[in-house]
Amino acid sequence: MVIIGAGQAGLQIAECLRRGGHAGRLTLLGEEPWPPYQRPPLSKKYLAGDLADERVFCRPLAQLAKQEIEFRANTRVVAIDRTARAVVLASGERLAYTGLAIATGARPRALPVAGAEHPAVCYLRGLQDAQGLQAKLVRAQQVVVIGGGFIGLEVAATAREAGKTVSVIEGADRLMARAVAPGISSYFAQTHRARGVDLRFGCQVSGLVPVAAGGLRVELSDGGVLHADLVVAGVGALPNQELAAQAGLACANGIVVDEYARTNDPLIVAAGDCTWHVNRRYPAPLRLESVQNAVDQAKIAALSLLGVAQPYQDLPWFWSDQYDVKLQIAGLSLAHDTTVVRGGSEAFSVFYFAAGALVGVDSINRPADHMLARKLLSAGRAVTPAQAVDLAFDLKALLQDPTG
Amino acid sequence: MPKINFVSADGVTRTVDIPAGWTLMEGAIQNGVDGITAECGGGCACATCHVLVSTPWAEQLPPMTPAENDLLECTAVPRSPQSRLSCQIPVTGPLEGLTVHLPERQT
Ligand SMILES: Cc1cc2nc3c(=O)[nH]c(=O)nc-3n(C[C@H](O)[C@H](O)[C@H](O)COP(=O)(O)OP(=O)(O)OC[C@H]3O[C@@H](n4cnc5c(N)ncnc54)[C@H](O)[C@@H]3O)c2cc1C
Ligand code: FES
Repeated sequence: MVIIGAGQAGLQIAECLRRGGHAGRLTLLGEEPWPPYQRPPLSKKYLAGDLADERVFCRPLAQLAKQEIEFRANTRVVAIDRTARAVVLASGERLAYTGLAIATGARPRALPVAGAEHPAVCYLRGLQDAQGLQAKLVRAQQVVVIGGGFIGLEVAATAREAGKTVSVIEGADRLMARAVAPGISSYFAQTHRARGVDLRFGCQVSGLVPVAAGGLRVELSDGGVLHADLVVAGVGALPNQELAAQAGLACANGIVVDEYARTNDPLIVAAGDCTWHVNRRYPAPLRLESVQNAVDQAKIAALSLLGVAQPYQDLPWFWSDQYDVKLQIAGLSLAHDTTVVRGGSEAFSVFYFAAGALVGVDSINRPADHMLARKLLSAGRAVTPAQAVDLAFDLKALLQDPTG
Repeated sequence: MPKINFVSADGVTRTVDIPAGWTLMEGAIQNGVDGITAECGGGCACATCHVLVSTPWAEQLPPMTPAENDLLECTAVPRSPQSRLSCQIPVTGPLEGLTVHLPERQT
């Protein structure tokens, strides 16, 4: 068996294959120089300079060897030869497979603006990006973050905590608009403004012009102009699906897989950020960028390679840390008709309902609500808006009552 | 490097050296100690790094933050008075010889 991409999904597939009884050769190929690592700290603790590299690694190398997983770093796959059932490496070497998993992740969308190739413009996806960004952040004074999504805002918070002047440019009229409801967006807007971040909504960057004295002049579509020693672009990510597409596998906004993580080639599965996938909970296919999806979908993919068809129906969840505020998201809540709030102004959860059913919960500084929401949503327990707002009502009780 | 003992649910002890400043969770993961999942990578967001620390060691540990206390309500094996989240405990010199018990499961 061969796995392309040694990120969180690739690692999980490898370990599940071994645990699931695959006794033959197992090769995990990664283009980066490091063993599989956690990306979430890269925009949080790691960027603040608090963590040594090894502390973000998911496993020490010895642990992979012990499981007889042949991990090859610095190894890029350049083609999949489905006819010969082999992958082709950048070195020209070919590796035959009986089963293949694609877990190639995603890459940052490039800023579609003239001047974006300037070295003061950074993206954040991998450890190498984080190292570069961290070094530049130390020297920078004025930071402009383009994109008010999770990564942009986490970087903004870290930069602000390091005493930098920070502006965030967001094209929409609120923060994290593709993931959370307006109430959560405005809470975070207040939080960032209270810490001194300059938030600008409804405008784009129209030009990046190098300044003789160093840095860039950032020109905005509303006529505004900012100076930046460092520009961080967090304007979304694109699935790494080219290998699959070139091999003739179906692709949409990601590699198309069914609820068993299978591509349209019965020998090939895919998992993680690179997939356009089916989750039994939802009527339409999805692409998610989260640790949850990488890990849970990887388990399904590994089972499929082992000949076990288990449908993907895990609940999506996600978190983001900005300053000392912890946002946790359970379920997908964008299609909702009713919201209620549980808790006070600094620690609360928003419960989202659609046609009377709970579909998601966003929690701010209420991790227990989040964990409970995950259990309630996973089990499909009925919760009413009245129960959700009532702090005296113990939501845990709903888990114990199987008829609830 | 402080030596820390991890005792699995079936009673097997593994002793590992963990650099001071790392968390117990990181030390366990980097030494391949089974029984800690750490889905969120130390973000105090998942409760899958649950461990049990008995007295007298428990008093040596930093006090719980409200977030840790809150999250411990949601561990896979229900919390006990010994419960802590290993990602919230930095290893320090005085913890040399600390013994930590692992719950039966984390998810
Ligand atoms: C800065 C940052 C912060 C994040 N914060 C959070 C968070 O707080 N919570 C959360 O849930 N999620 C977070 N995420 C998202 C989460 O990290 C990803 O969803 C997850 O890492 C996806 O795992 P993956 O295995 O699908 O992809 P990746 O981790 O991207 O792994 C794919 C790997 O495949 C390799 N690869 C690609 N093409 C090839 C090839 N042709 N040959 C060989 N190797 C190849 C890549 O180099 C990469 O190492 C964050 C992401 C980033 C970047
Ligand atoms: S690792 Fe997730 S809470 Fe400790």
